[in-house]
Amino acid sequence: MNLTLNVWRQPNANAPGRFVTYPVNDISPDMSFLEMLDIVNEGIVHQGEDPIAFDSDCREGICGICGIVINGIPHGGKASTTCQLYMRHFREGETLTLEPFRARPFPVLKDLIVDRTALDRIMSAGGFISASVGSAPDGNDMLVPKNNAEAAMNYAVCIGCGACAAACPNGSAMLFTGAKVAHMAELPQGQPERYQRVVAMLSEHDELGFGSCTNHGECSAVCPAHIPMSAIARINRELTQAALRGYSSATA
Amino acid sequence: MTTVIETAPQVATSTKPLWYVSDQTLDAHVPAGPLDRKWDTSKADMKLVAPHNRRKHTIIVVGTGLAGGAAAAVLGEQGYNVLNFCYQDSPRRAHSIAAQGGINAAKNYRNDGDSIWRLFMDTVKGGDYRSREANVYRLAQLSIDIIDQCVASGVPFAREYSGYLDTRSFGGAQVARTFYARGQTGQQLLLGVYSSLVRQMDRGMVKMFPRQEMLDLVLVDGVARGILARDLVTGEIKSYAADAVVLCTGGYGNVFFLSTYARGANATAVWRAHKRGALFANPCFTQIHPTCIPVKGDYQSKLTLISESVRNDGRVWVPKKAGDNRPPNEIPEEDRDYYLERMYPSYGNLAPRDISSRAAKRVCDEGRGVGPGGYGVYLDLRDAINRLGKKVIEERYGNLMEMYEQITDENPYEVPLRIYPATHYTMGGLWVDYKLMSNVPGLFVGGEANFSDHGANRLGASALLQGLADGYWVLPATLPDYIATAKPEPITTQDEAFAEAENEIQAKIRRLLAVNGSKTVATFHRELGHIMWDYVGMARSEESLVSALSKIRHLREQYWRDVRVSGGPEELNQQLEHALRVADFLELAELMAIDALARDESCGAHFRVEHQTAEGEAERDDERFAYVAAWGYNGAEPPILVKEPLVYENVKLAVRSYK
Ligand SMILES: Cc1cc2nc3c(=O)[nH]c(=O)nc-3n(C[C@H](O)[C@H](O)[C@H](O)COP(=O)(O)OP(=O)(O)OC[C@H]3O[C@@H](n4cnc5c(N)ncnc54)[C@H](O)[C@@H]3O)c2cc1C
Ligand code: FES
Repeated sequence: MNLTLNVWRQPNANAPGRFVTYPVNDISPDMSFLEMLDIVNEGIVHQGEDPIAFDSDCREGICGICGIVINGIPHGGKASTTCQLYMRHFREGETLTLEPFRARPFPVLKDLIVDRTALDRIMSAGGFISASVGSAPDGNDMLVPKNNAEAAMNYAVCIGCGACAAACPNGSAMLFTGAKVAHMAELPQGQPERYQRVVAMLSEHDELGFGSCTNHGECSAVCPAHIPMSAIARINRELTQAALRGYSSATA
Repeated sequence: MTTVIETAPQVATSTKPLWYVSDQTLDAHVPAGPLDRKWDTSKADMKLVAPHNRRKHTIIVVGTGLAGGAAAAVLGEQGYNVLNFCYQDSPRRAHSIAAQGGINAAKNYRNDGDSIWRLFMDTVKGGDYRSREANVYRLAQLSIDIIDQCVASGVPFAREYSGYLDTRSFGGAQVARTFYARGQTGQQLLLGVYSSLVRQMDRGMVKMFPRQEMLDLVLVDGVARGILARDLVTGEIKSYAADAVVLCTGGYGNVFFLSTYARGANATAVWRAHKRGALFANPCFTQIHPTCIPVKGDYQSKLTLISESVRNDGRVWVPKKAGDNRPPNEIPEEDRDYYLERMYPSYGNLAPRDISSRAAKRVCDEGRGVGPGGYGVYLDLRDAINRLGKKVIEERYGNLMEMYEQITDENPYEVPLRIYPATHYTMGGLWVDYKLMSNVPGLFVGGEANFSDHGANRLGASALLQGLADGYWVLPATLPDYIATAKPEPITTQDEAFAEAENEIQAKIRRLLAVNGSKTVATFHRELGHIMWDYVGMARSEESLVSALSKIRHLREQYWRDVRVSGGPEELNQQLEHALRVADFLELAELMAIDALARDESCGAHFRVEHQTAEGEAERDDERFAYVAAWGYNGAEPPILVKEPLVYENVKLAVRSYK
């Protein structure tokens, strides 16, 4: 296959960026998208230039570190991670524009690499169950109905890639936040901190500069883990309940 | 520590022996007393640090996987000042995230005859009697609490309709003791650990340093007192001082280039520690996993695992006749060879990994392999789908099937999966004693980075177990004991040992950038992978290993003359990151080949073709090799082999049979 790449190149966080065009020839349709970029980079290194920086680690769709906006859509619009795209998904002769994930709290570090530590900070605000090691009762002491376990799992599979925030016109990470809130609210173990959690996570989300949700649904459409929009409905419901019980960002 | 008493063979081109053997042996400090009381006895003797004194002590934990993340979270909770490092942008991305199948625990919820003793015996036997008895027993004991802890922290394990925890079977066991969360058990366990970790970050007890790669261990007066790390964003080399250092940096399987590891997985942390004096144990014990998606082309950057759990329901087969090119669904039952079921009737498709991998290689070498290139076997879900329905199979392995289809463009519900063995796990690692401390005081090692629990072959679903056992229970007990006993003096990074180590690193980086040769780092890495796979892979012989040694040395020498690394030192430079890792792989590879040569027996995953039974099974030599081979770095001189004799007080060594 032959393609043309239009790639966002930016040397570091403080320098301005620009698009650079690279022709790509003789690519096998069986290659993964990132293997194609590896080959482009080998060529760039041979020419003595700086290769395109992009994040990747597991290359099997689970670690959540990869993420490129391809033709305007995070991860290229196949609802999989960038690393799980294969060249057979693209057309011969196509021009692809590659950009970093953009959202206010995701500053670009270099080329296609952004800083997503903001997502860790949302989690740090309340995305946990305070279970000290050594204190746990037997795993079967508290039964979890299969339906709840399955529902919790449907939300718990979020890979934390940040595509939701990059896809959202408002730059909201509500899908990410909602996935964790919903996962823990489904489980009996998550109940004691349930309302405190949602309030704390959401106020951190807002403070970090993520936008609010106005139900565009772009987030769920690009989500490689298929987190449903119900995560956001869930977060709103939890928030209302929390307010009724007197939890606010001041008490969390 | 050593007087040399015995020397080893040499390669033709050199006048030096390949290694020396020490006349001293290693003491693992296993407590006396009955096996099932050892851990309790040991804990009862450990010293404690009073709560108000804990925050005066800094502990560095490198790694945020199950082992490192759990250790950091618990030590933080106890009140120590913890500095935690990972090379990814977030601790949640450690490669534990990729584990699929499950985690073992001797809960015996199914009343199918499981017990701590049985998990212990399965693990010792699975490791082909090359692991340390006391460590394995402790692992089996701790398995029980681990599941409870994970459930409490919100891990959504699979449940029965009754609400009770569900389990399934894994290779090398005849009981169903594997707990799982769909095909994403590692992800859920790691996110559980990560949530404990972020909780301690929020409280300021754990300081997280993402995108920082440890490049060296700093010793002061022979004691581990800190690390140097490269800030992967700015390129700056940073120094960190502490009262103890814990390495939980995962395995070194990327020495094979193609593997199921993450791209960034590296040996640098453990290898640098080794060069500073830590012994490296059983480096040649590497696990080749039987069920991975076969290699497609030269451009390939990694291999993807299909969890062993699929062998619960899938049947492995190849055509009976070599060269039978019919599509799989057109090959009738009588023309299929379900070779695992035929050769190992009592374990069938759940024969352990080393055995299943070698069997796959054998049938492919006979010309009966399937798929492009003939290096593949079928893993067929047809019978299970007919028996249980597609929905059940989807529920069990849905995400794996989706991944398989993405990669191969084939629908595994309609045509059998094609699989082939690939590098997956390293049983070898830094040598540690019973308390997980290396021979360097103050340096502890946990998880896949140490060598301790799996002998010559790891059973499926026991690595996650070990990571959490080390991280949640063992290290949080033994580190305080060390600090209370050794009472390390306060120290800062002003100590000259830090400056010296930094100068060495800076010089190495300058040297790499100055070569400006003609081949990229990836080219060298791929080349090293070919050598390791062909000569130090699933079948090894004296001849293959000796030729591997000269090829590795030659490649390493070329590397420093002809590698091309673009960019500068003080910037985000992924070529340089990779170049530093490959430089260490090129050194470690040599030690792996030497270890494989020195172990003149077959055991577990280490298969020396000279030592096999008439049926082609591994033939151990307990008389000569019932020891852990721990290697000491010796500068430009050949490495020194120090042995830890394996003393089995409770287990009777036997021929490992799965027939
Ligand atoms: C695809 C796959 C599937 C698996 N499935 C199973 C399974 O079903 N059951 C099972 O029991 N086991 C399974 N395993 C094995 C198991 O996942 C691993 O052995 C285990 O998770 C390792 O955990 P760890 O904490 O030791 O290391 P890892 O999780 O690998 O973490 C290593 C950490 O060290 C950091 N690090 C590494 N080098 C450096 C450095 N130089 N500087 C700074 N930081 C560094 C990394 O950033 C990371 O945080 C699987 C493995 C793979 C690859
Ligand atoms: S590289 Fe891990 S999800 Fe893509």
